[in-house]
Amino acid sequence: MSHDHDHPHDNELDPMAARVRALETILTEKGLVDPKAIDAIVETYETKIGPRNGAKVVAKAWVDPEFNAWLRRDATAAIASLSYTGRQGEHMQAVFNTPETHNLVVCTLCSCYPWSVLGLPPVWYKSPPYRSRAVIDPRGVLAEFDLILPDTMNIRVWDSTAELRYLIIPLRPEGTEGWSEEQLAELVTRDSMIGTGLARVPEAA
Amino acid sequence: MSLRELITHSQGLGDGIDAPVFAEPWQAEAFALVLALHEQGLFTWDEWALALSSALKQPGALDDASDYYHCWVAALESLIAIKNVTNSADIDHVTAAWQRAAHATPHGQPILLENDPERS
Repeated sequence: MSHDHDHPHDNELDPMAARVRALETILTEKGLVDPKAIDAIVETYETKIGPRNGAKVVAKAWVDPEFNAWLRRDATAAIASLSYTGRQGEHMQAVFNTPETHNLVVCTLCSCYPWSVLGLPPVWYKSPPYRSRAVIDPRGVLAEFDLILPDTMNIRVWDSTAELRYLIIPLRPEGTEGWSEEQLAELVTRDSMIGTGLARVPEAA
Repeated sequence: MSLRELITHSQGLGDGIDAPVFAEPWQAEAFALVLALHEQGLFTWDEWALALSSALKQPGALDDASDYYHCWVAALESLIAIKNVTNSADIDHVTAAWQRAAHATPHGQPILLENDPERS
């Protein structure tokens, strides 16, 4: 964060870094935040919460019919059973791709995203072009991701809110019969759980 | 940057499974402040989503979302002002103190607010 200018012995805070420090100072002095808690949150999001969580949910849904049914019925509870719980009290809904219908998630309002299972959203998810175009022209948006779906396949777009976040359950790739959950989870990409991609196809043996 | 370029850039970071979460440390801190304040009950997540949405809708928002965390901080400032926690003049004041402290801190040492020469 600090870098040298023409005062080689001075530190420099860029304006945003200084402003956020100021906010933390004020909020700490008012007893509203605890710097240790702030550090803990940062560490959790940088290292512990990410799309690997979601990949485990998907792989379990592929191999475990009981979990699959639970996920369809009450995704919030089913996902919480794996200890992936949201901090914002949001509800989760699992949306299953089928051979007839592909699903895509967006947040047109801001950038609501299922953090507990996917971590924080990629830059494009937060960008105005994605947020505005996903609903109007989902097929065109998917083409930007090199995902060309047959004309006969329906595309359904799910607009997230502060209270309800969606996790796409992609189709299980063919040729993975008998695979373990761990092996299957490796095929699940972040984009396949947003709907801008598909699960990876295993390489031909 | 077009959507296509943003996607290409993102794919350059791998398949997303291990992509970096924050571009700069202040973004992580700003993110965590909002989560902590929400947990304290200062605002509901709905209130936060509306504040963020309104900041993202300001004219001049960049298509490549590189100003996303700038909007995040602006939303945080507006929400805590509404809640009468502080105001932008106070924030400006403490920001300037941090900048003076940074200048007064020898390179390689941690920057502490106590290093502000004008601190009373």
